[in-house]
Amino acid sequence: MVTYIVKRLLGLLPVLFGITIVTFFVIHLSPGKPTRLQAEMSPKITLEAMEKLDRLYGLDKPVYVQYWQWVKKLVVLDFGKSFTDERPVLVKIGERIPITITIELLSLFLIFLIAVPIGIMSAVKENSLFDRASTVFVFIGFATPTFWLALLAMSLFGVQLGWLPISGIKSLDFEELNFLQKIADVSRHLILPVFVSAFGGLAGISRYMRTSMLEVMHKDFIRTARAKGLSEKDVIYKHALKNALLPIVTIIGLSVPGLIGGSVIFESIYAIPGMGKLFFDSVMARDYPVIMGILFVGAILTLLGNLLADVMYACVDPRIRVGEKR
Amino acid sequence: MLIPISRIVGILVLLSLGFSSPAAAADYGDAIITASIGDASTLVPILASDSASADICGLVFNGLIRYDKDLNLEGDLAESWDIKEDGLVIIFHLRKNVRWHDGRPFTASDVEFTYQKLIDPNVKTPYSGDFERVKSLEALDDHTVKVTYKEPFSPGLSSWGMWIMPKHILEKEDLSNTKFSRNPVGTGPYKFKEWKTGEKIVLVSNPDYYEGRPYINRYIYRIIPDQATTFLELQTQGVDMVEQLTPLQYARQTDTPFFKKYYKKYKYPSFGYTYLGLNMKDPLFADSRVRLALDYAIDKDEIIKGVLLGLGRVSTGPFPPESWAYNKEVKPAPYDPKKAKELLKEAGWKDHDSDGWLDKEGKRFKFTLLINQGNDPRKTCAEIIQRRLKEVCIEVDIRPIEWATLLSEFIDKHKFEAVIMGWNLSRDPDCFDIWHSSKQRPGEFNFVGYENKEVDSLLEEGRREFDERKRKEIYNKVHQLIFDNHPYIFLFVPDALPIVHARFKGIEPAPAGIGYNFIKWNVPKEEQKYTRW
Repeated sequence: MVTYIVKRLLGLLPVLFGITIVTFFVIHLSPGKPTRLQAEMSPKITLEAMEKLDRLYGLDKPVYVQYWQWVKKLVVLDFGKSFTDERPVLVKIGERIPITITIELLSLFLIFLIAVPIGIMSAVKENSLFDRASTVFVFIGFATPTFWLALLAMSLFGVQLGWLPISGIKSLDFEELNFLQKIADVSRHLILPVFVSAFGGLAGISRYMRTSMLEVMHKDFIRTARAKGLSEKDVIYKHALKNALLPIVTIIGLSVPGLIGGSVIFESIYAIPGMGKLFFDSVMARDYPVIMGILFVGAILTLLGNLLADVMYACVDPRIRVGEKR
Repeated sequence: MLIPISRIVGILVLLSLGFSSPAAAADYGDAIITASIGDASTLVPILASDSASADICGLVFNGLIRYDKDLNLEGDLAESWDIKEDGLVIIFHLRKNVRWHDGRPFTASDVEFTYQKLIDPNVKTPYSGDFERVKSLEALDDHTVKVTYKEPFSPGLSSWGMWIMPKHILEKEDLSNTKFSRNPVGTGPYKFKEWKTGEKIVLVSNPDYYEGRPYINRYIYRIIPDQATTFLELQTQGVDMVEQLTPLQYARQTDTPFFKKYYKKYKYPSFGYTYLGLNMKDPLFADSRVRLALDYAIDKDEIIKGVLLGLGRVSTGPFPPESWAYNKEVKPAPYDPKKAKELLKEAGWKDHDSDGWLDKEGKRFKFTLLINQGNDPRKTCAEIIQRRLKEVCIEVDIRPIEWATLLSEFIDKHKFEAVIMGWNLSRDPDCFDIWHSSKQRPGEFNFVGYENKEVDSLLEEGRREFDERKRKEIYNKVHQLIFDNHPYIFLFVPDALPIVHARFKGIEPAPAGIGYNFIKWNVPKEEQKYTRW
């Protein structure tokens, strides 16, 4: 198992290298210069001043030279500095990752907590009223535009009822609160974003769960289990569910990169300084070092997520365990 | 009947006393929470080029001079200044009672230091342009600075509104890699307290400010990227001030008993304008009759009603209506499609093949109007123009393009026919960079390719002249000439539409807006909301 993981990890390196080349060149293909955007079309900023900025940022060199300089620094884990505020890329990413991961994890947890039981129930009681009602419910969640739902929820719970704060992640007097009050404060701020983002994700997981469960329920071994005279509960939870969860494991692995992705629409509406907004702003400002930094971290996480899914697979499913001699 | 002058003065003094007395009783305390759609990038003043950074720097730092409420230059860190040798030399006399937030005195060496950084080729400042014209700067003593220009340059005076940085802190620092950028020390009315990226920036009042301690203790700058969210925050009084409501929010959504009770709205012309720029190098628009026809064919009042809900005014030239450079004699072209058609006919454009569109030498009158993507007001504006031009049989395609791409692929390369854009203007009327024929290289601002020898020489003259009355004459002429040539179809000057919580007193709208006397804003004790600070 260990050699398998090491081999896979080594295999990831060339892939990663390839990803950086492609992304770097694609980003530089997009028209627009960071220095031009920084100037915000202000007539006070002369062409000479802008050319000076280009030179200082190294933007006057050919793209392959810029790439080489970027890679040279990357090897020693230096991601460079942002063009917009001169701060190290890793610092910028670092200060935004915690809140994004917190929200994404909470919402992923909530999604699984609600969607998996819905999926199981729908499969067990196929075509029942519950099955149909839950299908309609999750698809409403899937089809509702997040920003619209978010605004409605903010208007209802924040303005009309006044129960929850509208935006941000902390109150303005946060520093003056004691520890418990701080936790309560952040939780209150997180309720709306977490629930609204989870609502949209229910459909996917519950449908996967339902399909996979249905498939298993029609297998021979389920009939055998029933024929043995096991209670329906044992049949469903001990025999069927274990097997039906396999595809879900893959989805967990694949959602790892999503954990740091964030969502620009969402973060803008709730005024949460997360990764989605950082990435969006960097792209709009052509802040190459930050864009590359986020994409690079994302690429690593995607590759590791895939690996994780494979490994988890091997753990839960003895049939696909690799490298073990019979 | 003659009234002795002394009596008039007496009456004026009485009047002014009567008006100013409530301010004397103002209470200290409370905080103001404002919302901004973007976060600041750096608080090193000479590097800051975005509006959020400028908002904060404006409260933390001072320049040598500034514009007063009537948009005249007045001393800030400089008590006064003399212009000598026909404008070649400016001598600034600095205030002696000013201290940096860390207690060190402000002196001429700080000005010298800031200037040296501005012209340093290794400092990433976008503002070097105005200062490259300075031949030398020397500190005559601790409180006198002598600036010598290579040639007289009148807009240079207002460039000394640039925020001055403390030499004793930054002397040994690399400006693009210094803690100062997120922990600035200035001379201004507010001191920096904290900055939580993407969340908020907090400033506290400076009790030793040279003009006196500001009444409001705290200034909290919250970053809320979405306008709809900001509006919900207003509805729960979570935000005290928004600098710019949308016209819809101003005219309709805030027209409720709640907003009337808790907020005050203000309205005054902003320092900018929106225009339809025509590429004068394009054969389609080379004929001045065609450009004039477009002006007649577009109903500007309709655009102001449709796009701004009436919250703006027709623009006639390159200066904002509040500026002394604005020529009031220039009247906007009335909406007159008949006249437009006549002019087009004169220029040879007729519907020869009767397909409903004008043509000339077998070519249809058709052009693409570029706008930047995501700018809904400009999209509406473009659609209104499209419909009006259809009525005079001109076909317009509207093409929204992402901002960065619009600039680099179309504007910089002069590869466009028409574009809707806007200018935010500085207080000084010098618009050399936008209209001088030499400013047409890629990345420069005369991208419509406007060339008029007379305007060129007037703009050059305006830069050499320091007397405001003479400059007014010069820029009035520039205004008239540019309007007559129609390189742009000037559309409108939108109104600035700020909203402030009603508990803040002492706000006096003036041509400069409302922010100029921020340190005098105050909240009576019994109405103060944030008493913890």
